[in-house]
Amino acid sequence: MLQIEGWKRFLIWATCALGLLFALPNAFYSKVETYNDASDEGKEAKGWPTFLPSGLVNLGLDLRGGAHLLGEVKLAEVYTSRLESFWPEVRNALREERATIGAIRQQDGGEAKLRVRIGKPEAMDSAIKVVQTLARPVASFSGGMTDDIVVTAVGDNLIVTLSDAEKLATDDRTMAQSLEIIRRRVDEAGTREPTIQRQGTDRILIQVPGLGSAQELKDLIGTPALLTFQAVVGETSNPNGNAGIGNELVQAADNEKTYYILERAPVVTGEDLTDAQPAFDQNGRPAVNFRFNTSGAKKFGQYTTDNIGEPFAIVLDKQVISAPRIQSAITGGSGIITGDFDVTESTRLSTLLRAGSLPASLIFLEERTVGPELGQDSIDAGKTACIVGFGAVLIFMALSYGTFGIFANIALIINVGMIFGLLSMVGATLTLPGIAGIVLTIGMAVDANVLIFERIREELKTAKGPARAIELGYEKALSAITDANITTFLTATILFIMGAGPVKGFAVTLGLGIITSVFTAIFVTRIMVVIWFEWRKPKILEV
Amino acid sequence: MRLRLVKEHTTFNFFKMWKMWIGVSAVFVVLSIVSTVIMGLNFGIDFKGGTTIRAESSMPVDVATYRAAIEPLGLGDISIAEVFDPSFRVDQHVAQIRIQAQEGQESIASDMVVRLEAVLQDIAPGITFPSVESVGPKVSGELIQSAALAVVIAIAVVLIYIWFRFEWQFAVGAVGALVHDIILTIGVFSALQIKFDLAIIAALLTIVGYSLNDTVVVFDRVRENLRRYKQKNLSDVLNLSINETLSRTVMTSVTTLLALTSLFVLGGDVIRGFVFAMIWGVLVGTYSSVFVASSTLLRLGVKRDWTKPSNTDGNQFANIDA
Repeated sequence: MLQIEGWKRFLIWATCALGLLFALPNAFYSKVETYNDASDEGKEAKGWPTFLPSGLVNLGLDLRGGAHLLGEVKLAEVYTSRLESFWPEVRNALREERATIGAIRQQDGGEAKLRVRIGKPEAMDSAIKVVQTLARPVASFSGGMTDDIVVTAVGDNLIVTLSDAEKLATDDRTMAQSLEIIRRRVDEAGTREPTIQRQGTDRILIQVPGLGSAQELKDLIGTPALLTFQAVVGETSNPNGNAGIGNELVQAADNEKTYYILERAPVVTGEDLTDAQPAFDQNGRPAVNFRFNTSGAKKFGQYTTDNIGEPFAIVLDKQVISAPRIQSAITGGSGIITGDFDVTESTRLSTLLRAGSLPASLIFLEERTVGPELGQDSIDAGKTACIVGFGAVLIFMALSYGTFGIFANIALIINVGMIFGLLSMVGATLTLPGIAGIVLTIGMAVDANVLIFERIREELKTAKGPARAIELGYEKALSAITDANITTFLTATILFIMGAGPVKGFAVTLGLGIITSVFTAIFVTRIMVVIWFEWRKPKILEV
Repeated sequence: MRLRLVKEHTTFNFFKMWKMWIGVSAVFVVLSIVSTVIMGLNFGIDFKGGTTIRAESSMPVDVATYRAAIEPLGLGDISIAEVFDPSFRVDQHVAQIRIQAQEGQESIASDMVVRLEAVLQDIAPGITFPSVESVGPKVSGELIQSAALAVVIAIAVVLIYIWFRFEWQFAVGAVGALVHDIILTIGVFSALQIKFDLAIIAALLTIVGYSLNDTVVVFDRVRENLRRYKQKNLSDVLNLSINETLSRTVMTSVTTLLALTSLFVLGGDVIRGFVFAMIWGVLVGTYSSVFVASSTLLRLGVKRDWTKPSNTDGNQFANIDA
């Protein structure tokens, strides 16, 4: 007959209590938020008891406001520069075999290729062998070792490319480095709780709450900030001028018509910087002070000592910021970059230089910003809609099922509480579609109860008494409840796996809502019905 | 006294005019497809790429002035629409501006947004931009693919689940109803040219879930009644089952619609399209579980010889103890 054992009753109520306990902090959102932000010592003064849970439902960017960026790292750029730096080694090795191979000349290789023309194409095989000896082993996919380069030949051209295993290893390094640099830059800017994640092979997701504009963020993380100090060979106004072997043509930042011919190999790079700070030069114009590490200071000191009176160029992201003449040897390891900056730019440049340069350029594929006001409006609207919808469902249920309807209503309130409890517990993110998911769950959660109540009504017509009808009602409705909820849960799972961003948030609340609504319908309302039944012992039952 | 939306004992004959209902559904399905092919869907930037900017100003929005200001920038196809919502303040005027994806660009064009914001600030000082969203063509292509895949996988998974739990005829009936609901929803989005974005895909999948929920409840009762009334013919069993579950079907639809309507009216303009899709889906889903799913089942016929007597035997949930 209608019986639920004591320990089961305890377990059911304990589960409800636990769910509600975890939901509790959300009722005091701002208070708990300041509590969580406070340092360990300051926590007690914040008015939230330490023994209570303090997990909150994370609000998605569409609710709290903020910027969301999806960037793609141009991984192939790194292959090209890897091979570029490999060239001197290849050149030296081939030169030693000049007698058999003939004269060698680097060709324009195209992306991710090093192309060398050799004088005696008939000796290609030995040329390939020579270059192959330069290969270094890398771990391959299968676990064994393989070469990091692949050497092939087309006509009289010898082509060096990176092997797949090496590309994969390079990709991983590039991504790790990019993530690290972006994280440092965002942290330097002092924003709060940023999310910086790798997605797939070459993507990075950056979410910064509370930011009103993505432009600022993009300026900060989208700049490669590759700084080099290079020797100046000459100056020209011809953008297509021949720079000569080992040199390159670089445009001036402050004058579009001026091009500098620079030695390709830099004297020092930004990697040797230990610090950079915004400052002002002797004329009071914004500038950036920098300091080299020991090896950088040594290289720079040596170079300036040897080249007093010569100009050298400070190059940032393929633009010459300034090309001052070396007045005296700079051996102290520090210096100043002047240029056509304003204060914001000099501050940003120093931040970027401190954080380091990106290994490859980053382009943005997706950008979404929501202002905090709009987010707050959405929260308010969502709250109102929830309360009104909730109230309407409660009244409707009470009118339709009387006492049983009230039981279902209590269960529904517990249900919504438990959704919030679960969301806080798993640290899920609530988005605007997520709120819609909760509202939908409120509507659908009563379904399980409706199924049971309708079944009890039917059983009352045929069964032997109220107790038996209730029992049969629960028993027979169960198969429909399980089937119906499992199918909905399956679609929520697929949404969660396939969906992105806010849609995922919707899937989470929908899925959790199904779990809690089934729990409350088949356990919580049942226990209430049983207790009521034991207390009133009705002879005639009206549902 | 109880509120009863459906009287206690109903004996509607749902199949008396099943040919008509199938006909009505078929006509609507065809209309939806025609509308989608001819008018197309009003794809949002999630699927088409491009930029949407929400502009908020204390001055009334004059679409023509906005357009005149933006056009010289040469950004291609732009659409400007004023947004209304009962929750707006009197001096709150919101416009939604959409710019197509710029040609030949793999990433999003950020200087364009800056220029556009600047010209709007000129004509409406004090204008703010509470939300700016840009999606590059590369991502939007992937989003379409994964969205379509999600819907297909959902239907496939459901088909397999119902097939395991019932018989293949039930699965075909349920999936027929689902496809019907999805096509009709897409059709209404095309006919009314409501913005179709990622959230709508979420709504579609929810409709899949809801419609299924309804269908499964009816089918569950059909299965039970098939075992109980071995002599009755199939159409009588189906009719009986639908009548028996009718009160529940209506109750659940009403509570769900109550909650959704409240969200539609009060939930703000940002998710109105999404909620509209779900309201429509609940209506269509309720209809289809009776008239499409059951009619299909009736046409296909079912095996009447259920060798296992218990209604929960033979499935993995047989031993669940509530």
